[in-house]
Amino acid sequence: MKNRPSHAVIAGIGQTEFSKESGRSEQQLAAECIKMALDDAGIAAADVDGVVTFTLDNSDDVSTMRSLGFDQLNYISRLPHGGGASVATLAHAQAAILSGTSEVVVIWRAMNERSQYRFGQPQQQIPVNASGSTFAEWCMPFGAQSPASWEGVVAQRYMHQYGATNEDFGSVSVTLRKHAATNPNAWFYEKPITIEDHQASRWVVAPAIRLLDCCQESDGGVAIIVTTPERAKDLKQTPVYLRGAVQRLPFEHEIISDYYYADDITRQDIYSTTAKDLKEQSGIAPQETQVAMIYDNFTPQIFSQLEGYGYCGVGEAKDYIKDGHLELDGSSPLSPNGGHIGEGYIHGLNLMTEGIRQVRGSAANQVKNVDSVFLGAGVGGAIIAKGLD
Amino acid sequence: MKRMDPVRTVDNAFFWDAAEAERLDIQACEACDVLWHPPRPMCPKCHSTELTPRTMSGKGKLYSWSMPIHPPAWGFEEPPIVALIDLDEGVRLVSNLVGVDPESITNDMPVTVGFAETPKSKVPFFTAADSGGSE
Repeated sequence: MKNRPSHAVIAGIGQTEFSKESGRSEQQLAAECIKMALDDAGIAAADVDGVVTFTLDNSDDVSTMRSLGFDQLNYISRLPHGGGASVATLAHAQAAILSGTSEVVVIWRAMNERSQYRFGQPQQQIPVNASGSTFAEWCMPFGAQSPASWEGVVAQRYMHQYGATNEDFGSVSVTLRKHAATNPNAWFYEKPITIEDHQASRWVVAPAIRLLDCCQESDGGVAIIVTTPERAKDLKQTPVYLRGAVQRLPFEHEIISDYYYADDITRQDIYSTTAKDLKEQSGIAPQETQVAMIYDNFTPQIFSQLEGYGYCGVGEAKDYIKDGHLELDGSSPLSPNGGHIGEGYIHGLNLMTEGIRQVRGSAANQVKNVDSVFLGAGVGGAIIAKGLD
Repeated sequence: MKRMDPVRTVDNAFFWDAAEAERLDIQACEACDVLWHPPRPMCPKCHSTELTPRTMSGKGKLYSWSMPIHPPAWGFEEPPIVALIDLDEGVRLVSNLVGVDPESITNDMPVTVGFAETPKSKVPFFTAADSGGSE
């Protein structure tokens, strides 16, 4: 076993272009974004000894090694729950680093999620007795066959209980498209929208989700390099410290919902307990950071996460957003890259790299005086920071 | 156009067998006197694997709903209303609300069960409690 470091640090990031048709294989996207992240860090591919990706990622560990020339892996982890587990990959990388199991861990997600397949399309079949299928099997015959339809019933109850409207949800899209409009890497660069545009977009799932409440579908690859503080001393980038990282799966929680758990399915303890544990680990609560990178698959999810992570009280998100807190000059700017709605949808990973750029001070829409950033997504969360103070 | 067939597994077969006989059965742990849904092979309270189907009244309330419009759901001529139903016995399930104009849906409205054919099976749906349970 190697020495056990006190913290894990992020030393490199890489990403391909975000498009609607990459024109190459997912395996190639994976290889390219990992190579870019290694070059960003200044680490040789042969030194990678741990990998973390998604069960949904089609690129294969053996093929990835073959393309890049990793010498030997000591740690291979694949997380279920799709993009909801994106930030939880950091908890797995951290576990490998802090235990001394690995010294250089690569996290990646590569997908042709627009040109090869589309998550937004209703599924016609699901695998029987497979991971994730025990949830879907109770939804499919009833026409709940896509993530938006699963989210839609939760959002409708939220609207009923707290008086939020679809126009309130649209405020998230307007904000994120405004941010994307000044990010040259964003698919919707220089294409802001108004709330009228949002209200004129077609229903995907009434009465909660219109087209402009949905994230994009994108092709692309994103990679992140996690290592030890000692190793990072000799590398190209000033390291970004992983101050806290959490993976979380409460009883009866499903891929996108908590239909069966409690009287109240607008349940937010998955988020509030994540925030509490991150505060304990790092000394920093999500709302005490300078940037909020929060998973935006559908706008209602931003509402429940803002409330659950403690940015505002339950039912108060619509007013919190109206007060301008999520703007670039607000108290907690939301996804300055434009998020999944404005920049592109690489299943959470492109939100994480934006958070890392914000800490480094190298983002297109750089927020001033960033010491720490909150990364939040469904079944995980993390606090990243410039240092340990 | 017919709905998709339900996905049958070893652990959920009792539910669909009952639906085909136009019964709404939910899994019960008799020792704990607790209902569980979705079905599971072991009671998470007492860890018994002796779980048995119990027939429900078919009455409940509409907890929440949504209507997938675009892209259209497989198996429906018109956009279905996906519904979360709170059964009077205290269990929640995903189903459909049928025969109700979306404009007149209210959360917590009373509903009652009916059954719709799929190519090879039947599935439970719900109607407004005063409408008699037909699709």
